[in-house]
Amino acid sequence: MRKIKYILQKEFIQIFRNKTMLPMIFGIPILQLVVLVHAATLEMKSIDMYVVDKDLSSLSHKLITKFDFSPFYNFSGVSFSIDEANEAIEKNQADFIIHIPYGFERDLIRENSTKVQLLIDGINGMAASLIYAYSSTVISDFNRNIIVDLTQMPAIKDLNPIAVETSYWYNPELNYKTYMLPGILVILVTIISMFLAAMNIVREKEIGTIEQLNVTPIGKIEFIVGKLVPFLIIALLELAFGLVVGKIFFHIPIIGSLWLLFGFTIVYLLVVLGIGLFISTISSTQQQVMFICFFFMLVFILMSGIFTPTESMPTWAQKVNIINPFYYFMRVIRMILLKGSGFWDISHEFFSLLIYATIMLSLSVWRYRKVA
Amino acid sequence: MNEIAVEVQNLKKSYEKEEAVKGVSFSVSKGELFGLIGPDGAGKTSILRIITTLLFPTEGKITVLDSDVVKDYKKIRTNIGYMPQRFSLYQDLSVEENLTFFARIFGTTIEENYDLIKDIYSHIEPFKDRLAGKLSGGMKQKLALSCALIHSPDILILDEPTTGVDAVSRKEFWEMLIRLKEKGITILVSTPYMDEANLCDRVALIQNGDIMSIDTPEKIIGDFGQKLWAVKSNNIYQLINDLRRLDFIDTVFPFGEFLHVTSNTEDLNITELKSILNEKNHLGIKIQQVEANIEDCFMQLMTK
Repeated sequence: MRKIKYILQKEFIQIFRNKTMLPMIFGIPILQLVVLVHAATLEMKSIDMYVVDKDLSSLSHKLITKFDFSPFYNFSGVSFSIDEANEAIEKNQADFIIHIPYGFERDLIRENSTKVQLLIDGINGMAASLIYAYSSTVISDFNRNIIVDLTQMPAIKDLNPIAVETSYWYNPELNYKTYMLPGILVILVTIISMFLAAMNIVREKEIGTIEQLNVTPIGKIEFIVGKLVPFLIIALLELAFGLVVGKIFFHIPIIGSLWLLFGFTIVYLLVVLGIGLFISTISSTQQQVMFICFFFMLVFILMSGIFTPTESMPTWAQKVNIINPFYYFMRVIRMILLKGSGFWDISHEFFSLLIYATIMLSLSVWRYRKVA
Repeated sequence: MNEIAVEVQNLKKSYEKEEAVKGVSFSVSKGELFGLIGPDGAGKTSILRIITTLLFPTEGKITVLDSDVVKDYKKIRTNIGYMPQRFSLYQDLSVEENLTFFARIFGTTIEENYDLIKDIYSHIEPFKDRLAGKLSGGMKQKLALSCALIHSPDILILDEPTTGVDAVSRKEFWEMLIRLKEKGITILVSTPYMDEANLCDRVALIQNGDIMSIDTPEKIIGDFGQKLWAVKSNNIYQLINDLRRLDFIDTVFPFGEFLHVTSNTEDLNITELKSILNEKNHLGIKIQQVEANIEDCFMQLMTK
């Protein structure tokens, strides 16, 4: 057991001596949190609007003014011709066209119902549906009797106009940052621990120091514990650090128990470090580690539910997520931080990861051999 | 003196289809300085890595201090010091940190075995705060040797310790080895330099995974059994070709600025050879009889 202490001592000397290591561990995360939390947002701002007003009535003028006052819209042009407007969309000068047909005001007064057409650039489906949602809210705020006639280019599907009264729980203002920051923290903590652990061991292989270590009486378990604990500690510090940054700069709520969060993180890190260790046992250069890690990270991150809810993924993808450690942690960190979930709410994820950790660590201990 | 430290019986090692070691047997007695001499790719490193329990043998029985390298590898590891061919200490740790780390892992301290390494470590002690990666080649070598010795092993195994080291450091290094031997440590060393063979108690000449001869250097030279001449002229390349065409010449190998030549007749007539070479327009001809050395023996064994 005392040997573990010596290995840990050695690892920490090496980590703190490495000049790129500390900035990497504490500098880059701040940068990423600040940049990503602001950048990876689903809020639409500066939507370019093209107006085709064939009615030229006071009502149509009021509607356009309402859009104009909204902080989300920019005017990109006005015309009487739909063709010209279409051209603007094709040239990427406009995101959507609001087409007010002739007789807009008259119909509303006479028949108590009138129509407006929205033509939306559907290249980015996500953006298109947001523009639609925003714009129809603006219009129905203006007058409930205007039926929004939606034309999406390319056309997607009809939407039923049902008035829904909504209130959002746990994140009442739907603050995107509150939702994104924990997710990004998960990615940061994972990258730091998985990469560093995997790279560290392969580096010993690459520069040959593993040879010298292998002829010593260090046991397999001692070696692995000595290699994993430093990165476990660093990852936990990283999480704490990220939470402080989140609290101070983004005012994210921390409702649940931090003890629970850190306890769960330790189990999670055992899985991630186990994977990192396993990758390092099957590769012989740092380059190989980079590629394997990168490949898994990319798939796992995109499937983790950081941007899109996992429930809306196809069934097979949800099955694949059983082996996706990000998926568990992404759920749990949000549950604990935003919702204040207790242990029994996350027990399923907790025990799943515990089993996962046992499998990964035994697999890598079995794969790691002191004899080539 | 005749107790066995390392016993290798019919060792074979294959990498996929390549057979790197083709059934070698030798034994190293306690307190002996034993050399594995052979060119690159002869299989020296494979043999040493198997003895140090870093590699499994494909076939054969290998024991180190009566422990089997496969079954009792844990026991062997506490009793041997190994210095791999490539410098494999932590370049980002200082000299002292490296030494302390390896001492502690073996459950000892620098002070406890300072006597053993004093001779070597004293050379690098002034630089003990310097990072190992910043040391010169010769100093790295000394640090590696200190680290291999820090736990006072019974057997020291060195894989080409002097490859890529300058002539002065090489000499110094061998002097250290001989002093360690005097302290009773069994030393098994591999080297591609034939001239280092003379410093060993016994050597095994290895070529293509086979041992050609095992004996004391004197005995191996004694077994050469042929007279040897050193021949020189202004055009060495032409000289090789001309000599090889003569039917009374057995072997011709370049050796420094001379060619080492053996004859298949009992005695070579120097004046006759000189006149033959003169006819072939060679200038500055020098012929003299020389003593065979290990390299000559190696060449002779190779052609057999």
